Parts: sequence; C-alpha cells; structure tokens
Amino acid sequence: MPRTAIDASGLQKWFGEEDARTLALRGVDLHADFGEMIYIVGPSGSGKTTLLSVLSGILRPNSGHVLADGTDIWTLDSNHLAEFRLHKLGFVFQDFHLFPRLNTAENVAIPLILRKVPWDTAIQEAIHYLDIVGLKGRADLPPMKLSGGEQQRVAIARAMIGKPDILIMDEPTASLDGDTGHVIVKFVRENILDANRCIVVVTHDSRIYEFASRILKMEDGRITGTQERAA
Amino acid sequence: MKGILKLAYKLLVNDKAKFTALLVGIAFASFSMIFISAMFVGVLRHSSSTVINIGATMWVMDPAVQTPANSIGIPDYVLDAVRSTQGVAYAVPLYTGTALVKLADGTYQATSVIGLDDTSLFGRPEMVNGKITDIYAENGFFVVQDADYSKLGSPHVGSEFQLNDHRCVIVGTAKVAMSSLFGLPTLYTTYERAIQYIPNPRYTVSYVLVEPKSPSDIPKIKQQVAALGYLALTKDEFMQRSITFYIFQTGMGTNLLIMTVITFFVGLSISGQTFYTFILENLERFGALKALGTKDGELVGMILFQATFTALTGYGLGVGLCTLFIYLAKLRLPSYFATITYTNLLLALVMVLIIDAVSSYAGVRRVLRIEPFEIFRG
Repeated sequence: MPRTAIDASGLQKWFGEEDARTLALRGVDLHADFGEMIYIVGPSGSGKTTLLSVLSGILRPNSGHVLADGTDIWTLDSNHLAEFRLHKLGFVFQDFHLFPRLNTAENVAIPLILRKVPWDTAIQEAIHYLDIVGLKGRADLPPMKLSGGEQQRVAIARAMIGKPDILIMDEPTASLDGDTGHVIVKFVRENILDANRCIVVVTHDSRIYEFASRILKMEDGRITGTQERAA
Repeated sequence: MKGILKLAYKLLVNDKAKFTALLVGIAFASFSMIFISAMFVGVLRHSSSTVINIGATMWVMDPAVQTPANSIGIPDYVLDAVRSTQGVAYAVPLYTGTALVKLADGTYQATSVIGLDDTSLFGRPEMVNGKITDIYAENGFFVVQDADYSKLGSPHVGSEFQLNDHRCVIVGTAKVAMSSLFGLPTLYTTYERAIQYIPNPRYTVSYVLVEPKSPSDIPKIKQQVAALGYLALTKDEFMQRSITFYIFQTGMGTNLLIMTVITFFVGLSISGQTFYTFILENLERFGALKALGTKDGELVGMILFQATFTALTGYGLGVGLCTLFIYLAKLRLPSYFATITYTNLLLALVMVLIIDAVSSYAGVRRVLRIEPFEIFRG
C-alpha cells in the first residue's frame, strides 16, 4: 500500500480584488503517493505554477488544504513553513536560480548550510552530490562557466542534497535543448525517484511525458483529466 | 547562523565591483568626517599652546580675555594681591606679546615673545642648547626649535638680530610641547627684558601664573581673585574657554558642523544607493533562498551582516587612510595641526553606523516584501 505524499483538496486561489479578481485555481483536488513522478501539464495561464506554489508552501491558497507527508502545511506559521520547505521539499526552479557569486559546490551546499550543517561538511557533501549528477571536478567552477544542462544538474544536486521527501520541479527542460532535457529527466527518473520519494513536475514538454507515473492535465484553473502511464 | 553569515559574506565580497563601490563610499565618508574633525581639534589644541607649554596650574587674567593669544594687561597690584591670597603657594607674572624681528638679510619677521618671571623663570621651556641661566646674559633670548624656527633663519647660539631696534642675542635653543596656532616663531626672555624691548600699554603683566598650595585651595583663590575684579582659571578651564570661543564665536564650529553634515549625506547617498542596488540585483537570489526555506529573520541577519561588515571595513579603511594622510602631511609640514582623537573616531563610527542602519533598513524592507512565488513565475 503506497504512502500518501501529497493530498490536496478544494484548493482555490485568486489574485486581485472584487471586479479585477482573476481565478487561478478553481477548487483543485490532487493526490500523489511516494514512489510516483507526477506531471502537471497544460497551456500557459492554466494555473500550473500557481498549483505548484500552493503545494510547496510558497503561495497561500484562499481556501482548501494541503497535506504534505501528513502535515497540513497551511496551518503552519511562516517560520515553521520555512522549516518544512527546508527539511521536506527540494526545488528545481525553471531558471535554475543558481548564485553566480558562489562556486558550484557552494551552490549545491546551500540547503545544508541553511540547516546549520558546518560549512566544510556541507561542501564535502555537495562535492559528493555533484559526483552523483555527473559533475565530478566541477566543484570550484562558477555556475556561469557550465553549460545549461550542467547548470540543471547543479540545481538537481542542490534540490537532492537535503534528501527531501518531495521534489518539486518547475519546467525542468524549459531552458535546455531537447536532447539534454530528455537526458536530465531520465536521470531524475532512474536515479532519484524511489519508493520513499515523490516528484512533482510542471512541464509543457511532451517529449518527457514517457517518464511520468501520472499526468494531470490542467485547464483554466481546474484539473480536467488524468492519464496513467505505464512507466 | 555561522554558515549563513559565511554565505552572506561570500555573496557580498565575491561581487567585487559592488563591494568596492560600497567600501569606497563608506571609506570616503569616514575619512572626510575624521579628517575634518581632526583638523578642527588640531586648531583648537594649538590655540592653547601657550597654556600647555607654560604649564601653570592657575592663570589670572582680565575677565575679557577669551584666548591665550589675546591677553589684556593687568596692573601690578593684582600680582601683589594674588601673592598674598590665602592658599597661594606662589604667583609670578608672565608677559606674552609679539614683536618684529629684523633678520640679517634685512627682512622682518613677526615673532611671539614670552617673558618669564626674572626670579623663578617659571614656565621655562626644555633646553636643547645652552644653559637656562644664560637667559640673564645681556640681550639674551632663547629661540624655540619648532616648525616655525626656520622663519628666523634657523639661528644658533650666538646668532644676533634686531628686535624692535634692540640688539637680540640667541643664547640657547629650546623645545616646547606644542607650536603656536598662528605660525610665528617663539622667543623666550625674562619678563623685565620683554617689557623693556617691546612697546606696551600702561599695564605690562599679561597673566599672573599661580601655583596653589593644594587643589582644594583653587575655589578660594578663584573667589578672592574675582573679588579683585579679575578672573582665575585652572589650566583646563582656560583651554576650554579658548575652545568655546573658537567654536561658538568664530564660525569655525558652524563650518565644521556643515562640513560634517555634507560629508554624512554624501557618504549616505553613495553607500545607501550602492547597497540598495546590490540588494535589488540580488533580490531574485534572496527570493530563491526564501523559497528553499530561509526564515525572514535569517535573511534580515544576512543583510545586517553584509551592511555592518561593509561599514566596519570601510570605516577601518577611512581611519587608515586619514592617519596615513595626516602622517604624510606632518612629514612635509611639521606644523600641520590635524590631530585624531578617540572622540573623532567615535563620532565618525556613529555616523558610519547610522549610514549602515539606513542602508540596511531599505534593503531589509525590500527583501521582506519578496514573494518567493515570483521565483516560480520566472
């Protein structure tokens, strides 16, 4: 019996007030188990990014609940919510958001540093994770000296170093060419997904659908369909 | 927090262009504030050079006297009256004035002349060449070897020149703790010879120098001198009176204040603007940190650390630069007046910390308003 990673119900989110109100989420329900790689797909403006932000404790919904690994995250205060994100979630941002003034290892080590792991230990661990994502020997380089694919691997190493239960990936292939994107997502599927981890991916890119456990289609702030995959 | 501060440190110093601009702004502000106030302190200290060099515990003067350089003659009976005042160990006259010296090449040089009590030579300078008793020799004068010494043609023992058409013979050279404010060379002679050589109004005693029997006698002496219609001040009180005069009655204090305020605002605008730009350029990174799980308090700590580190480093550079500048200036111009005091340093530090606080405040406000959601929107 798989454990529930995310159980969201009745999520509503709107922006603006009164007449200028825009509904981004119109009562979304979502369930994901550990061991699943869930894709949220849909056209621009369908509410994918808003849903991802609400699920990851970054954007407060106007109504609804999100249970992540059993915790009702939107009942937490801002400090506990930050703690939750730090210890339970890993993020891979669309534009990577690497720190150009830090070297690659320091970028990867950030989650451990935020958890108050001693600097040298965090850097050693970061070098180990760079090794795992195939970037051995790149630890001292600034991220800007790496290719797009390599930067994405650095972002993945940063997301993984804290051993999060839930990995959030926002458009992981948007900044990469088709082949590189395919290789990266394949790497995530084969090396990072396991029975104790859930991966939620927002994407437009149909070339990587083959790696999904399930694909949720969004349109106009609603989940309009679910497609089970054999992968 | 240590690792987070190291992260903040690296984010700051690895942005070399911004960090340099920040340091230049703070260093400029602290350099200017310290330098301006050091010049002012130097001027004020040198305005009391006579009081410091003579070293008497108490000074009796006309109540209208504001600075040591502007003495008003006191009648001789005041000297006698002070000598017979209870609590006075001894009291001696002092003459201070200026005279024109005609040098060997025919040029004239204004000179400060100090006439010491003939009997005690109280307030005499430290001798470099010659014996103190040589001051009693015919036409004998000591010249002070200070920054203005060369203006008399660097005379040595035996040199002669005319002082108000009187023959004047250098019988010794001396040194004093501090040269005069007005850049005049200084000659010492006896009181009697000074009033004989230099034209004087009716009263010739510039000051009566008093040594009380004990510090507890000072208030009584002051009272009795006041009863005579004159003013008795301790050394420190006289120096403070002079400082107060220069600050509040010459416009120097106002000018110092204006210059300090201008420097403060220039420093604030350079550093504040640069730091705020630094925060704006890193807003996305702060947003990413927030999304990854950094608490608001930790972000505030990072910004305060960055601002304070920059402020203290810039301040240190400013202090070092100012010290170096004054040191080099004194090598070139021995009479250069600037003096850095702990009060100068503290004042500049307070100003720099205010700049730091204002810059941080703007940055903290901006960072706390970031929505990490924006990071997802790209």
